[in-house]
Amino acid sequence: RHRNKNSKCNLYMASVTHKNAKRIEGLDKNVWITFTSVAADPTIVNLGQGYPDIPPPSYVKEGLVQAVMVDRLNQYTRGFGHPTLVKALSQVYGKVCGRQIDPFKEILVTVGGYGSLFCSIQGLIEEGDEVIIIEPFFDCYVPMVKMAGAKPVFIPLRLSDRKTDISSADWFLDQDELASKFNSKTKAIIINTPNNPIGKVFTRNELQAIADLCIKHDTLCLSDEVYEWLTYKGHDHVKIATLPGMWDRTITVGSAGKTFSVTGWKLGWSIGPEHLVKHLQTVMQNSLYACPTPLQEAVAQGLLRDYELMGQPDCYFSSLAEELQGKRDRIATILKQAGMNPVIPEGGYFMIADVTALNQHLSHVEDDEPYDYKFIKWMTKEKKLAAIPVTAFCGEESIKHFEKYIRFCFIKQDSTLDAAEAILKNWNKA
Amino acid sequence: MLRRPVRNWASIWKRPVRLINCQKKTGMARQLHARRLEGVDKNIWVEFTQLTADYKAVNVGQGFPDFSPPSFIQEAFCSAITGGASMHQYTRGFGHPALVKILAKFFGRIVGRDIDPMEDFQITVGAYQALFCTFQALIDEGDEVIIVEPFFDCYQPMVKMAGGTPVYIPLKPRKSTGPALSSADWVLSPEELASNLNPRTKAIVINTPNNPLGKVYQRDELQMIADFCIKHDIICISDEVYEWLTYDGAQHIKIASLPGMWERTVTIGSAGKSFSATGWKVGWAMGPGNIIKHLKTIHQNSVYHCATAAQEAVAMGFQREYDTFGTEDSYFKQLPAQLHKKRLRLAECLRSVGLEPVMPQGGYFMITDISSLQVDLNDPSTKDEPYDFRIVKWLIKEKGLATIPVSGFYSPEHRGNVQNYIRFCFVKEDSTLKAAEDIIRQWSVKK
Repeated sequence: RHRNKNSKCNLYMASVTHKNAKRIEGLDKNVWITFTSVAADPTIVNLGQGYPDIPPPSYVKEGLVQAVMVDRLNQYTRGFGHPTLVKALSQVYGKVCGRQIDPFKEILVTVGGYGSLFCSIQGLIEEGDEVIIIEPFFDCYVPMVKMAGAKPVFIPLRLSDRKTDISSADWFLDQDELASKFNSKTKAIIINTPNNPIGKVFTRNELQAIADLCIKHDTLCLSDEVYEWLTYKGHDHVKIATLPGMWDRTITVGSAGKTFSVTGWKLGWSIGPEHLVKHLQTVMQNSLYACPTPLQEAVAQGLLRDYELMGQPDCYFSSLAEELQGKRDRIATILKQAGMNPVIPEGGYFMIADVTALNQHLSHVEDDEPYDYKFIKWMTKEKKLAAIPVTAFCGEESIKHFEKYIRFCFIKQDSTLDAAEAILKNWNKA
Repeated sequence: MLRRPVRNWASIWKRPVRLINCQKKTGMARQLHARRLEGVDKNIWVEFTQLTADYKAVNVGQGFPDFSPPSFIQEAFCSAITGGASMHQYTRGFGHPALVKILAKFFGRIVGRDIDPMEDFQITVGAYQALFCTFQALIDEGDEVIIVEPFFDCYQPMVKMAGGTPVYIPLKPRKSTGPALSSADWVLSPEELASNLNPRTKAIVINTPNNPLGKVYQRDELQMIADFCIKHDIICISDEVYEWLTYDGAQHIKIASLPGMWERTVTIGSAGKSFSATGWKVGWAMGPGNIIKHLKTIHQNSVYHCATAAQEAVAMGFQREYDTFGTEDSYFKQLPAQLHKKRLRLAECLRSVGLEPVMPQGGYFMITDISSLQVDLNDPSTKDEPYDFRIVKWLIKEKGLATIPVSGFYSPEHRGNVQNYIRFCFVKEDSTLKAAEDIIRQWSVKK
């Protein structure tokens, strides 16, 4: 691979052992690496990876340009979070949670929601711990828990008996099953609401049941709420940290990328009690120290603007959800037209669809892979439409429950949805 | 089983009491934090940046420029921001294609080999995160990592957090010369290096140009380290964030370019230091694909992506530097020329009050022996701290001048031997340096 200009180097290569650390054994594979190469092909309509192809709000981009032009905003800021940003977060979430949140002790700014999950897991989870993960789950939870030396314990969301017009509300946790997963080793449970990929928005009662178990078993709760603003009519986002007894044992994760449609900014935050957040801060100070300054300043300005508009139609937090509701309904319709059975999400920007009714034979696609992986590969090649296999989001034992589902992302411009519609309308023609 | 010797027996019997207090406050009875955090919770920067801000001190402490970044780099960022929707969404996790391609070209030309942009780079959130990925990827419980003292403080907690054991080898003033007044006079002993080797030695960390000393390792010094690495099959982690900042004709040499070293070296670089924009937090680890792939695994399971627009802007910056390399237009040439003068100016000022600065051959910093300073330290809050920590805090609180104590760059084991140096950063506007000089000249000095 390398054209070595110094031939002596070849002699040395053989003797070099360079074994990797044990913590990464088995963690090198990643579903996104497999599927993002697809994104590079412009002939494929990409409803796969979860990022918008709609532009972010212009005031957010302008805010970044303004920040970059201020000299001192190009230098290091406070490691645990740029003061303007943590203060803005304290205001916004103080209002949402109905409590005073200390910007310096109860908030940590991280590299995306992803970075918050990492700091939380590295800070609080270790060998000997068990962590309950609800399937289907955003795929990084499992390798992060494993990297921390702990054991993931799975519990699947199960579909009720309903046969038609299925929504994410029809997927639920069996209470007895959930209770059976908790034991004295259970250090934490990770929840994601609104859920990726199903779009379930956990109700207050459902969260209360989880909270009761956390309190009973002295368990932490890591609540991934990156899609918190994206709930559709009739469904409200509830923060488990606001339930009695939960603030002291919950870390809540948020994302600027998802809030402002700027996934490429990679800024997120963890909010929780000082006695937990301080451990996340320790991880931060020993891993990357600080997040980029101008990006934090721009997110702060965006939050302050929308804080003033909260409750009004102009507020991006709610106007984005409105815009997406239309896209959600449109995608659901066209998937049905192709013969798929979509699960209408209550929140988030993904929709899963059951492809069983299409009866697509895939035995010719070699590879010892679950059905949905084969279906996606076939669909990408034959139909030029990309989606993500839902079994990427579940453990080995639940593959049978999810392998007929594929995930579509609908935070896409109308032209992308038009192109998808054209493909899906013509699905059954030759 | 205890992981380290218990020094303070009081901490043992106090433990149950602390747990009960914890329970009352948090409602949780179990231990909260993971053990990997033990002993790595203190941080010199968190402590001193807070103090500097609280007292609004003239800041010649923390290493960041207080002058503007070059306008071309700010413009590059603005151009990226307004450059289309994809600039605001996820890019390739291991590194934005435009950036890894130009870095491969740029550094390929310097080290004289074809570097694969996709295999041989991991872009990170600053060089800091590159170091983190490197240690997490390669160091296991019980592995030993040789760290050359004085060292950028994060190496030690990062090695510890990865379960490794740091082993320290000091740079020491050459005995033959008089006072060691140049960073070139501080050297490594090959015997000492060899005697600290054992079967668990996995890696050695070097930093050239060095923070805080400013040493720029010469070719024969790097060769000595290279020979050691090759003979004992050790990985070299080379932190080269200040690579463009060398003075008085000192040349920065990449150890990865020495024979047999590319295969076993992870070279760390920083856009923040290269372009005087430390707040951008874009860095990289560069090395052979079979090592970098492990860093990629850590990265994809920790932050996964770095900010797209910032990477695009750095790519534009490097393209410009590639085109102007070696010419008067190159920022990598202009910056050291600017800093060269500031360095001389600060050294002169320190000498004028009887202090003995160690002239750095490279980097952002200068250390000076402060034993001759007459200081009436009566701050009870610092009485148990090393002398240099006390002096620095006194300087911040009483004189409004922020510096950094050099013992913070030494291991806990050796800290006690080096309490007489403080570190200045001279990468500051002339007005800042003037303000610092005014404060310094007011000290009374007795020899």
